[in-house]
Amino acid sequence: MGLNQKVGLFQGLKYQGGGSMLAWILHRLTGLGILIFVGVHVLASFFMQQLGTGLGTSINILYESWEFQIVVIFCVLFHAINGFRIAVLDIWPRLLPFQREAMWLEWVIFIPVYGLTIFILISHALPGG
Amino acid sequence: MRARVVKPGFNFEYMMWLFTRFSALAMYLLAFIGVVAALIMGARSQMDLPTLLRWAFFPNPNHIRNSQIPSDAIAWINGFWKVMEILLVFLGVSHGFNGLRVVVEDYLGSSGLKPLVRGLIFLLWVFMLVVALFVILNS
Repeated sequence: MGLNQKVGLFQGLKYQGGGSMLAWILHRLTGLGILIFVGVHVLASFFMQQLGTGLGTSINILYESWEFQIVVIFCVLFHAINGFRIAVLDIWPRLLPFQREAMWLEWVIFIPVYGLTIFILISHALPGG
Repeated sequence: MRARVVKPGFNFEYMMWLFTRFSALAMYLLAFIGVVAALIMGARSQMDLPTLLRWAFFPNPNHIRNSQIPSDAIAWINGFWKVMEILLVFLGVSHGFNGLRVVVEDYLGSSGLKPLVRGLIFLLWVFMLVVALFVILNS
């Protein structure tokens, strides 16, 4: 195959990059997710503040619903925790031999914290939203 | 996707690379300060956890509505928090739009559209900064 830079999406996804590749993809996706979700929230708050009830309020009510929050919190939590690992390993490259442990630590922190969050969100939502 | 070629030395790419890492750590610090200050000011009994986290992510007056904190509590609405908000917004928006730039440039390569795309992202960055600052200064 050689160095082929024009790789399609599905072909690229077949690359067996393992956990590290998943972390890279998720970091990008959650980053874009934060930009879009939080950006829309800021814009909606601007409209709510300047124009009173209407589009801004509706968007923010949607944003604060538990369904949306499950996605938004995933984006923020994963991006922050993974990003912390990236920042630390970039600033102190001497720790790079511990990449495997860092990835392990990252998931050990992320899964319980996020799991607890969704549990709380859903258990508050089920009785009545 | 093309491999990014960065010339060594102090150039824009290197500065933004550093900014991304340091702004991330700075935002962590600001969130930490927010949580500690909130706990000192009584969040343990007056706020539930989601509200505390909302405050940590962004310490503005709207984010204490769902708590037992009176809406005119000076300790939560003074200039210190305004400065924190402005810092957080500047760091966050810049960090985010630089990230957008990196992702877009990865898929754009050395196309002739690159200056146009960079200009567009720059304009979006300025726009979001202005909108966020407007919201902060008016609340």
